[in-house]
Amino acid sequence: MMVILLLLVPLVGAAVAPLVRDDRAARWFGVGVTAATFGLSLGLLPGVRGPVVSTVDARHAVDMRWIPALDVRFHLGVDGVSLPLVLLTTLLCLLCAVYTLASLPAPGRAPIFVSLVLLIEVGMIGTFVALDLVLFFVFFEVVLVPMYFLIAVWGGERARHAAMKFVLYTLLGSVLVLVGIVTVYASAGTFDIVALSAQGGGRIAHGTQVAAFLALFLGFAVKAPLYPLHTWLPDAHTEAPTVGSVLLAGVLLKMGTYGLVRVAVPVLPEGARALAPALGVLAVAGIIVGSLCCLVQRDVKRLIAYSSVGHMGFVLLGIATLTPTGTNAALLANIAHGVITGLLFFLVGAVKDRYHTGDLGDLGSGLMARLPVLGGLFLLACVASLGLPGLAGFWGEALALLAAFRPDAALSGVLFAVLLAVAAVGTALTAAYFLRLLRELVTGPDVSRVDGTAADAGRLELAAWVPLVLLAVLIGLYPALVLGLTDEPVRALLGVFAR
Amino acid sequence: MTTLLQSIDYVAIGPILAGGVGVVAVLVADLALPLARRAAVLWVGVVGALAALACSLALAGQRRATFCTPATTLPGGVPVGRSCSYVVDRFTVFLLVLLSAAALVALLASVATVPDTSPPGEYTLLVLASLTGAMTLVGARDLVTLVVGLETLTLPTYVLVGLRRRDQRSAEAAVKFLLVSVTASALMLLGMALVYGLTGSVHLDRIAAALAGRAEIRGLPLVTAAIVLVLAGFGFKVTLVPFHWWAPDVYSGAPVPVAAYLATVSKAAGVAGLLLIVLGAFPAYGEVWGGVIAVLAAASMTLGNLVALRQRDVVRLLAWSSVAHAGYLLAPIGIALSARGRGVLDTAVAASLGYLALYVAMNLGAFVCVAAADSVRRTAGAGTAAGAGAGAGAGAGAGAGAGAVAGAGTAAAAGRSSAEGLGGLARRHPWLAAAFAFFLVCLAGLPPGLAGLVAKVVVFRATMLGGLGWLVVVMAVNTVIGLAYYLRVAAGLFRASAVEPDTGLAEPVRLAPSLVAAVGVAAVVTVLLGFGPQLALGVTPFTS
Repeated sequence: MMVILLLLVPLVGAAVAPLVRDDRAARWFGVGVTAATFGLSLGLLPGVRGPVVSTVDARHAVDMRWIPALDVRFHLGVDGVSLPLVLLTTLLCLLCAVYTLASLPAPGRAPIFVSLVLLIEVGMIGTFVALDLVLFFVFFEVVLVPMYFLIAVWGGERARHAAMKFVLYTLLGSVLVLVGIVTVYASAGTFDIVALSAQGGGRIAHGTQVAAFLALFLGFAVKAPLYPLHTWLPDAHTEAPTVGSVLLAGVLLKMGTYGLVRVAVPVLPEGARALAPALGVLAVAGIIVGSLCCLVQRDVKRLIAYSSVGHMGFVLLGIATLTPTGTNAALLANIAHGVITGLLFFLVGAVKDRYHTGDLGDLGSGLMARLPVLGGLFLLACVASLGLPGLAGFWGEALALLAAFRPDAALSGVLFAVLLAVAAVGTALTAAYFLRLLRELVTGPDVSRVDGTAADAGRLELAAWVPLVLLAVLIGLYPALVLGLTDEPVRALLGVFAR
Repeated sequence: MTTLLQSIDYVAIGPILAGGVGVVAVLVADLALPLARRAAVLWVGVVGALAALACSLALAGQRRATFCTPATTLPGGVPVGRSCSYVVDRFTVFLLVLLSAAALVALLASVATVPDTSPPGEYTLLVLASLTGAMTLVGARDLVTLVVGLETLTLPTYVLVGLRRRDQRSAEAAVKFLLVSVTASALMLLGMALVYGLTGSVHLDRIAAALAGRAEIRGLPLVTAAIVLVLAGFGFKVTLVPFHWWAPDVYSGAPVPVAAYLATVSKAAGVAGLLLIVLGAFPAYGEVWGGVIAVLAAASMTLGNLVALRQRDVVRLLAWSSVAHAGYLLAPIGIALSARGRGVLDTAVAASLGYLALYVAMNLGAFVCVAAADSVRRTAGAGTAAGAGAGAGAGAGAGAGAGAVAGAGTAAAAGRSSAEGLGGLARRHPWLAAAFAFFLVCLAGLPPGLAGLVAKVVVFRATMLGGLGWLVVVMAVNTVIGLAYYLRVAAGLFRASAVEPDTGLAEPVRLAPSLVAAVGVAAVVTVLLGFGPQLALGVTPFTS
């Protein structure tokens, strides 16, 4: 029942928030609700450690009738694959609410803003805990409309255009997911994810598997995003308000990769085997293209946005290997990217708030000299993101490369060896553009033309950022924190490939 | 010899009787009420629709049949059992409830908006008469009753469309509607006459039996021609492409509640009639009508959505969107094309009916919100400037000979339901704006409009189960196109108005209680159907 509470608390919060008249009270209300949700999600932690009997722990599962006419059940559950993502979601939402105490872009209206953020939280958590394909799809779609309004109303100058692009692209993705879902249903006769993964595609013909996987793959690829379906991302991330960018990069992108790991690969193993090479090639292309774009970006927010394309490329490469190692790596890299890029967007947002520009030329170098705390955090986040060993960014991507060295037996070893080599070049490019960013913005002498009186990081801002810094260090030093949760259920999910 | 005296099951036709009594009551009330309080006659109409709804609900779970003819042998030596002209089963009750509830909401929305522009007595009378026809149609199981129901439904709507006083567009729309509808009826009657000539019977089940029992007529091209003619006739009612083009002009020329009525009650009755004929009379010709419907459905959703993208006037936009929804609505029926057996087809019919209920709820809500927004603007405009209503009247009067284009121009200048005119609704009435946005998001099929999302899942699932993968892909692409324009209108509600100057926080406006009730009922039903769609799904196809 705890899972239901986890959805109910933010949902009720979203309904109540617009009724709060006072602006300040609404912001604190947001903090209260997200903190309660975070607390609830921590409560799930003990249940999933220890011996996992099935893929999904029965102690955190709900299975009720919903629409019998459609064979749709209200089936929720949490296991080691979903729990880290649930925790990441609730934590980032809490930090976003805390950050909102410090800053909220025009036109203000905190009650509506908080309500939209809580609605997005419901959708994100729901996607990670749903175990019925239709329910999964419902939650997958919940985030769309609130995120549209978040970007369009509170975003930058070209926000309306970017928001429309975001929502149309992602809707295209999700209707493809729906097509894939009904295709699976038409041959397997059930929407239940647990039952479907237990069957391992056994009842679905090869051709249907490939077709359904293609639909799901394209749908999730838009969300993830996978090159060349990523073009909505830079616009949306750049124009969104800080909180929107953090949630987009931190969690929304993970809904795509989670969908691949939870639904597409285990339910349609033959389809996955047929299309994994394509996924791998596009993932590596994304790594290279994303990095090259970063090298030439002038806008710092856009640069971070493109860096997401590269990082998510590593996640998708890990999934494409169809091995437990690769999938574990993907899930770890997911979390690491959420933590680090979430932090980076917070910091970039703070810089833009202070100087009202994101242009590297206008900002000039020497941020650390002017604002030591903000600059120092920026430095740390950048080196974490470029994959410095000892910080969170390193493990996921290193393990993904390792997995590409030995992909699933049915896949071409030569192809993945080539992909491994190209992706390794990508890591070098990643280091190159982050070092360029540090040189042009953070380190060096203070030669900027911007207003020099801006204040350093405030107490509320630090409260929102420090937990992410700690997590980045903690996961970097002890990756088993995440891998310990994911490993066992991942092996169960991919059991069909071991046979 | 059969006796001419029949025993009539008055409970079975209770909803129709309630409608008829309502019509009489409206006539009397219109005569009895003093001129100043004439508008109260609309409340009599609301009570009439409520009575019809109550009688329909009382039939829930029952199976009744009346106006029956005993077993006989058809020409060609086909023996048939007892057949009835009016049957109450789950299909009928479901549609009776849907139609009377939708008419009730449309009448509620009229109470505060119609008396300004149209004579309330005639208006109410015609709506109730039309509803009575629709309720006759859904229980009909022979061609004659079907046609009588359909014409009783349609005839009053010609007048309703043209009822707006001193409005040239309204008159033009009425003439257009009349001509198109009469043509459609003629085509359909020709088709029916062919069927009767071939089989010698008007009862749906007997037609099916004759076609199944007599091999010499089964393969005749005339049967195919008859099916196509009947489909064309109903295609007009349901606004399937290529029989759709009257809808935008007629919807935008008619009073908004009438447009709501046409887009929901009239269309739902048309869908019911279509299902009754193709499934009741021509079950063995699935590959003929299934193929036609699948292609027309794909064309309707694509064209409807693409044209809706370019619409500025909200009523026209909703009209085109309802063309597109006609496509989604009938797509599952198209699976008869691949003939996968009766079980799969039953699922498809249930899906279409479920979609119909969800569509009626959310589309009615959207139209009622347009009516309410017009009323908000009139109230707000009455204080400032010259008043939007007066402006519209003067504009129409001055431009009496200026033609349709100029007429549209004046209407847009008066701000009537244009997208710009709706801008800033959130300032004047935040709750109405929220409700309107909710209905639009529902039509787009996205959460929090859960009803629309479930509707999408329902038709996708049924169509895929029937094996029409290509149609599912067409629907998927169309969903994306649809979102673009729904969201544009929804977002516009929350922006400052382009027509009125931005004067900070506009004065809040109170809505008439009847409008609040209309929007509220539509919203509550839509939310309920979103969370518990089981209510609208799993309706078994009709029995003869």
